[in-house]
Amino acid sequence: MGLELIIPILAATIQSGTPILYATLGEMLTERSGVLNLGVEGMMIFGAFFAFLVSYYTGNPWLAFICAGLLAGLFGLAHAVVCLVFQGNQVVSGLALTILGVGLADFLGTAYVGVSAPGFSPFDFPVLSAIPVLGEIFFKQDALVYVSFLLPFLFWFFMNRTRWGLALGAAGENPAACFAAGLNPVKLRWAGIYFGGVLCGLGGAYLSLAYTHLWTNNMTAGRGWIAVALVIFAFWRPGRAMFGAYLFGGIMAFQMRLQAVGATLPSSLLLMLPYALTIIVLLFSSARGKGRQAPAALGVNIEPGE
Amino acid sequence: MLGFTIEKRQEPLKWGSFFIFLGALVFSLGVSALLLAIQGKPPLEAMYLLWDGAFAHDWALEDTVLKAIPIFLCSLGVAVCFRMQIWNIGAEGQYALGAIGATWVVLSMPDAPVWVLMPLMFLAAATLGALWAIIPALLREKMGLNEIISTLMFNYIGILFLEFLVYGSWKDPASFGFPMTIMFPDTAIIGELFGRIHWGILVCAGAATALTVFLKHTRLGFEIMVSGENPRAARYARMPYSALVVLVMGICGALAGWAGLIETSATLNRLQPTIVVGYGFTAIVVAWLARLRITSIAGYSILLAGLRVGVENLQLELQVPASFTGIMQGLILLSVLAGQFFNWYSFQRSKRG
Repeated sequence: MGLELIIPILAATIQSGTPILYATLGEMLTERSGVLNLGVEGMMIFGAFFAFLVSYYTGNPWLAFICAGLLAGLFGLAHAVVCLVFQGNQVVSGLALTILGVGLADFLGTAYVGVSAPGFSPFDFPVLSAIPVLGEIFFKQDALVYVSFLLPFLFWFFMNRTRWGLALGAAGENPAACFAAGLNPVKLRWAGIYFGGVLCGLGGAYLSLAYTHLWTNNMTAGRGWIAVALVIFAFWRPGRAMFGAYLFGGIMAFQMRLQAVGATLPSSLLLMLPYALTIIVLLFSSARGKGRQAPAALGVNIEPGE
Repeated sequence: MLGFTIEKRQEPLKWGSFFIFLGALVFSLGVSALLLAIQGKPPLEAMYLLWDGAFAHDWALEDTVLKAIPIFLCSLGVAVCFRMQIWNIGAEGQYALGAIGATWVVLSMPDAPVWVLMPLMFLAAATLGALWAIIPALLREKMGLNEIISTLMFNYIGILFLEFLVYGSWKDPASFGFPMTIMFPDTAIIGELFGRIHWGILVCAGAATALTVFLKHTRLGFEIMVSGENPRAARYARMPYSALVVLVMGICGALAGWAGLIETSATLNRLQPTIVVGYGFTAIVVAWLARLRITSIAGYSILLAGLRVGVENLQLELQVPASFTGIMQGLILLSVLAGQFFNWYSFQRSKRG
C-alpha cells in the first residue's frame, strides 16, 4: 500500500476518533470527581439530536454545537439528582439514563430521519496543513477536530494545575478529606457530572454536525460505551485517552474502507470489529499499577449527614 | 430558610417500595404524556390506549403474558447476578446466543422426533447462552476485566453474529431474500397450553421454583447471598468467590438463552433478526424494580411487558414510535432509583427552623 492510500485512512482515523475523544474526556472528568456515569451513550445521542435540531432550525452549526453540549449536560444532571441527592445506585442510574436518552432521541427524531442540516466541513489549517504527510492527516480536518486537539492538554492543565481541578480530583479520591479541607464534595460532583455530560454531548454533536450532516437513528452505535471502556484503558489520564480514541477511529476507518472496496467479508462481521477490539484493548490495560488506578472513591455515594 | 434535615431510618420503610413504584409510575406517565402533547398527540387518549392495549381485553392480556415470559426468564438471571453485585448487562446477547443454539439444533436435525429435538434445543440454548456469560465472568475473575463493558460488548457481538448467520448460510432459500431461517417443523415448536399461552410459561414456573430452592436451601445458594452482601467477608470465610461469580453468570446466561429459545420457537417459529427487541434491557429494569426478589419479578415482568404491548397499541393508533417504550422504562427506573431513597431516609423539619 502506497502513501496515497494510507493517508486518507489515517485522516479518516482522526475524524472517526474525534467523537470518541470528546466523550472519553467527558466520562473521565465525571469519574475523576468520583461518579461513575454509564449514561454516556444516552447523553451522546441526546447531544447528537439537539445539535442537528438547532442547526436545522437556525442554520448556525456553532450555536448548535454549543447548545448540544449545554443541553446534554442538563440531561446528564438527572444522574446527579438520582445519585447525589437520592443516593441511587450509580451503575443502574447510568444505565437508565442511556435507555432514556436513546429512547428520547429516537422518539423526537423519527420525523427528521434522513433530513440534512448545515454542519462543519474540512478546511486547510493555515500554514500547518502544508507540512507533508502530517499536514494532510491532521490539518485538513474540520474546526471541531482542531478544538479536540487542544482538549486533552486543557484537561490535564485543569486537573493538575488549577484549584478547581485539584478540588474536583479530591472529591473523587477522598470526599471526607475534601470536606475536611472546607470544600463541598457533593457540589464538586454536581460540576463533574454536568461538565462531563457537556463533553459527551459535544461528542454526539460531532456525529450529526461533522461526521455526517444529517440525522439518522442509532447514530452513536455504541460509541458511548466504547468511551466508558477507554476511560479505563487510559488509566483516567487524558493523554492516553487521545491515543485510545484514535485507535478506535483507526479500526472504524479501516472497517469502512473495507466495506467501500467491497470486501468479501459480510458486513456484520466487519461491524463486530470495534466491539471485539474494546475487549482486547481492555485486556491489555487490566494490569494495574501505580498511577493506573481508578479514583479511590469512584462509584461510592456520599451519604447525607456524613 | 425552609428547615429540613435528612434522617436515616432505623428500619426500612415497610410496604414502601410498592408506593414508591406507584409514585414513580405516575411521574413517568406524566412526563411521557407531556412528551406526547409536545408532539401534538392527545395525551389522555394515549394513556387510555396504553391501558386498553395492555390489560383491558383477553387478547391484550394474552399478548402481555406472552411478552412477560422472556422478560421474566432474563430478569431472574439478571437479579441473581445483581445480588452478587456482578453487573451483568449482557442478557440481551445471551438471549441472542440461546436463540442461535436452539436454531442450530433444529437446522441440523429437522427430522428428529420431538423427544430428541426439544431436549437438545434446551440444552444447546442454555449452553450457548451460558457460554456468552461465562466468558466475561472468567475475564473478570482472571484478568480483572470490567464485566459491565465486556457483557455489553458481547451483546453487540452476539447480535451481529445472529445477523451474520441469518443473512448468510442459515437464510431460507425460499424467503425471497428476507433474512430468516426456514419455518421450524412442528416438533420444534413450543405448543399452546391455554388460549395463546404456550408451555414456555411452565419453564418460567419451573426455573423460578428451582432458583428459589437453590438460593434459599442450598449451601451454594447461601454463599451467593452472603457474597452479594459482603464480598470481602465471603473471601475471608474462604467461600469460592470466583467460582460463585462464574456460577451466577452461567445461570443468567442459561436462563436468558432459554428466553431466546422460547421466543424463537413459540412466537416467531423461525429465527430472524427481529427477535432482538431489548428484552434483556427490560429485564434489568424489572430486576431492579423488584428489588431482586423472585416473586416480585413475576409481577413487574407483567407490568413492563404490558407497557411494551400498550406502546404497540399506541404505535398502531397514534403512530407513536416504538422507542416510546425506552423513554418510559428509563423514566420509571430513574424515578424509582430516586424514590428508593425514602426506604432508608426521611425528611424531618429541623427544630431550629
